[in-house]
Amino acid sequence: MRFTLRVWRQKDAKSPGQFETYEVDGVPADASFLEMLDILNEKLIKEGKEPVAFDHDCREGICGSCGLFINGRAHGPLPNITTCRLYMRHFKDGDTITIEPFRARPFPVIKDLVVDRSALDRIIQKGGYISVNTGSAPDANSIPIAKAAADRAFDYATCIGCGACVAACKNASAMLFTSAKVAHLALLPQGQPERRERVKRMVAQMDAEGFGHCSNTGACAVECPAKIPLSAIARLQRDFIWANLTPDPYAR
Amino acid sequence: MAEIATPVAPSVVPAPSWREGELILQNACPTGDLEKRWTRHKDNLRLVAPHNKRKLEIIVVGAGLAGASAAATLGELGYRVKVFVYHNSPRRAHSIAAQGGINAAKNYRNDGDSIWRLFYDTIKGGDFRARESNVYRLAEVSVKIIDHCVAQGIPFAREYGGYLDTRSFGGAQLMRTFYARGQTGQQLLLGAYAALQRQVELGNVQVFYNHELLDVVVEEGKAKGVIVRNLITGQISRVAAHAVVLATGGYGNAYYLSTNAKMSNATAIWRAHRRGAYFGNPSFVQIHPTCIPQSGDYQSKLTLMSESLRNDGRVWVPRKKGDTRPPHETPDSERWYYLEEWYPAFGNLVPRDIASRAAKRVCDMGYGVGPTGRAVYLDFSDAIRRFGREVIYQRYGNLFEMYEEITGESPWETPMRIYPAVHYTMGGLWVDYNLMTNIEGLYAIGEANFSDHGANRLGASALMQGLADGYFILPYTIGHYLATQLTQKLSTDTAAFADAEKETRQRIGNLLNTKGTRTVDEFHRELGKILWDQCGLARNAEGLRTAMSQIRELRERYWKEVKVVGTNEGFNQTLEKALRVADFLELGELMIIDAYHREESCGCHLREEYQTEEGEALRNDKDYAYVAAWQWQGEKEPPVLHKEPLTFEFVKPTVRSYK
Amino acid sequence: MAQAASPAVGWLHTSVGRKVVMAATGIFLMTFLVVHLSGNLLLLRGDRGAAFNAYAEFMSTNPFIRVLEVLLFLGFLIHIYQGLYFILKEKQARPQRYTLNAAHANTSLFSRTMRISAVVVLVFLIVHMRHFFVEHRILGTSLTMYESCKIAFENPLYSAFYLFSFLLLGFHLVHGFYSSFQTLGVILNARVERLIRTVGIAFTVFITVGFSAIPIYFLAAKYF
Repeated sequence: MRFTLRVWRQKDAKSPGQFETYEVDGVPADASFLEMLDILNEKLIKEGKEPVAFDHDCREGICGSCGLFINGRAHGPLPNITTCRLYMRHFKDGDTITIEPFRARPFPVIKDLVVDRSALDRIIQKGGYISVNTGSAPDANSIPIAKAAADRAFDYATCIGCGACVAACKNASAMLFTSAKVAHLALLPQGQPERRERVKRMVAQMDAEGFGHCSNTGACAVECPAKIPLSAIARLQRDFIWANLTPDPYAR
Repeated sequence: MAEIATPVAPSVVPAPSWREGELILQNACPTGDLEKRWTRHKDNLRLVAPHNKRKLEIIVVGAGLAGASAAATLGELGYRVKVFVYHNSPRRAHSIAAQGGINAAKNYRNDGDSIWRLFYDTIKGGDFRARESNVYRLAEVSVKIIDHCVAQGIPFAREYGGYLDTRSFGGAQLMRTFYARGQTGQQLLLGAYAALQRQVELGNVQVFYNHELLDVVVEEGKAKGVIVRNLITGQISRVAAHAVVLATGGYGNAYYLSTNAKMSNATAIWRAHRRGAYFGNPSFVQIHPTCIPQSGDYQSKLTLMSESLRNDGRVWVPRKKGDTRPPHETPDSERWYYLEEWYPAFGNLVPRDIASRAAKRVCDMGYGVGPTGRAVYLDFSDAIRRFGREVIYQRYGNLFEMYEEITGESPWETPMRIYPAVHYTMGGLWVDYNLMTNIEGLYAIGEANFSDHGANRLGASALMQGLADGYFILPYTIGHYLATQLTQKLSTDTAAFADAEKETRQRIGNLLNTKGTRTVDEFHRELGKILWDQCGLARNAEGLRTAMSQIRELRERYWKEVKVVGTNEGFNQTLEKALRVADFLELGELMIIDAYHREESCGCHLREEYQTEEGEALRNDKDYAYVAAWQWQGEKEPPVLHKEPLTFEFVKPTVRSYK
Repeated sequence: MAQAASPAVGWLHTSVGRKVVMAATGIFLMTFLVVHLSGNLLLLRGDRGAAFNAYAEFMSTNPFIRVLEVLLFLGFLIHIYQGLYFILKEKQARPQRYTLNAAHANTSLFSRTMRISAVVVLVFLIVHMRHFFVEHRILGTSLTMYESCKIAFENPLYSAFYLFSFLLLGFHLVHGFYSSFQTLGVILNARVERLIRTVGIAFTVFITVGFSAIPIYFLAAKYF
């Protein structure tokens, strides 16, 4: 297959970027989108040109590294998929494909299509965990957890932290990401002691990073490779309202 | 010395060679009752008082299961920890991709499991090439891992009563594998990652993103720090610490095509090796039986399909060679369920090495399926009939979807086609019972060390080992060394640091100045092909000799012909790759030497000269019941082989039978 | 992160808190629509405005309603203020826009047009207020409310504008209704989502068709 690629090239965070156009030929239909970029890069290197920088690692849809905005959509034209699991057979021979980095103020471009997503880690730092030190846990079966609760918690816990939710959102909101963690932990008995503070602190950090607000368009859930449902956001909303409106039972 | 007269012209093809070193008799293993060893050992370890812990700096390289859990736990203890990861977040390490589960001797099933049985299965699964003390300890702490992970909020699969569910896995006749759908590794890693982030928030741990280790600094036999490169700015820095922990995973990517993540590499452990750390059993590479077969040259990696699929899937090939009928048209009587036939006791659940080799054998015999003839069927039709779609979906839904996305075929309608692929490396840096390498203060944990899996790792044991090392072993043992380092002043202003930095800059300079014509990937693919053909599923002396000379020649060409564009100053993924492949080229040679020297078959290591009539591995316990710990001597010098004898006081090495 | 002086209301300045304000005022405004429409439907009784005029009289003199009127006005103001604030925030959160953005592939027409529909409804509101509120309550007029309506709706231009505005209000409501309940954390599963979406559509149709019936009634009466 043959494609014309319009690729965003940007030297570093400070330099302005622009689109460059490349032709790539002889791409097998069963190649993944990233493998197609590999083919392009091999060609560029041979020509003595700088290859296109893009994030990637596991190439099986779980590490959350890859993140390209392809033809106007996070991770390309298919819903709920990462770029590494997007195959060229989903494009038409001769297509022109526009590739941009994920764009958001908290995701500064590092180079070309690579962006810094450490803002997401800083949100987790504010409470995306249960504070338990190694060695202090009781027997694993000492607290039964309803299967349904564990299953729902799992649905939210599968977030891969790729940032597609932010990229797809018209407001560059990180609500789906943040709420997935809040919802996961709020569903489990182990998550209860810190539940009130967790949601407040994580929301505060989300705002401090400069992510936008959520306007419930649902674009995030359409693009989310981990299929985190929008109910995560509802759960965060509910917890946040509860944590702020009801009196803290243990306040002095 | 095991030099064999070579049938091919010896002047053209130099045989892999090495020098015999000293026996390793110090491995810090305790003695006495197996059950009490770890407890007693812990009681004898030196302690560091809380106020002193704050003065001690530890570098942890890598934040996969082992690295993240270790760094978090060390932070909890009060040490000052610096973590270096080459990823843009510690959550992206390749532990995240582990699918199937984690073993633990909980016996929640009441099916007769015990620490002893997990110990025994692991040591037998590893074909009696691991230390009894280590493996027993692993089985012992497995129990606590599950407790801790549940307390962290990891959503393991549960039964309707609310208690933890388990399933069976290859190499075991018990159901001791805990799992979180097909994403157990992800969930466990995110647990460790979250614990790490908590320590970051508390100020105990600093995580340096996009930093790759390029050298380990050793002074007077002690680890003093590391040289790292900031992948975004290209800045090369010296970092000093009282101890260095390498948790950088395995080196399966030496084969180019593997189930590892693209960035997984051997540079950290290889640089440590070049600085004097012994490399244990480098040729012990696990080839996973259930991967999606390769479909073309452009392919950048192979995708694993969890071994858990073998719980319900049946492996078969058509009884007739070259049968091109669509699989569903082949009647049951004409299907050859070769695993069930050859290994009735374990059937489709034989250990990975055996399943992989069996697949190779039937394909070599001409029974393979698919366009390349290098694949076998993994069929779920019986299971779907028996349990219904819903149950199968619950168990494997995401794996089925993944398979369909990649291949365009639905496992609901047609059997999966699978073939073995490089997956895990049992080999790694040699470590003693305290997980310390022979360089004092340099530790290796998780897949980066050689320790617990012998010549073959059982499914669902990698997660167990990574977390055991990180949460429950290293945090105890590292204090034993650090207690002696309280008065050590940290300085990066030493000759050793200066040398290491200079060498690193030179290496980078050489690569950038080569101005060749061939890309790094082209060399990497070539290396991968040599290793896969000669040091993969089956090895023989002649092939290994050929591979040796091929790799030598490839390495020479690499430094003349490779083309790396761009500069050191700034984000340069080609340069990163070039540095990694340079190290794979050296490591590849050691893998060949190790495979060549071990004139027996054991676990993953099948030497064609040493097999039974039925094609099973023929172990030689008399001559080879040892760990091969290799010492670097220089780029042109043959390495020195130190043997650590393996003694079996509690289990009797038997012929591993899964029939 | 905006922390206001008082911790009790500080949370309303977070992005999530502001959403809650948006949703709460939105729901309040939707209840107003129901009240307003039920009153307006009196225009269709064919009693030459007797009932409607009585209702209008009641609404403009009852002290309780007068208090609500102030609240309503505040509701509008806050709803609009938050909307404007979000527009500003959106620009800040993504200073560099995408060159190509296929938002149609992952969002609904209604959610994408919230701004446009809001502006249209706002313009309508101003015209509407000028026409009725300012005319009757501030400037004073000898016409009854019914007569004012009749004159207005018999003007095809005004009616067309009115119908267009309510169509866009419908757009606003389809997303707004769902979004308010999502923001209040009601939609925890697919079943509730289906319910809310269904009720939301029904509500939207009721409001849009109800209001639209009025100009159509007057125009039909005049021309047929």
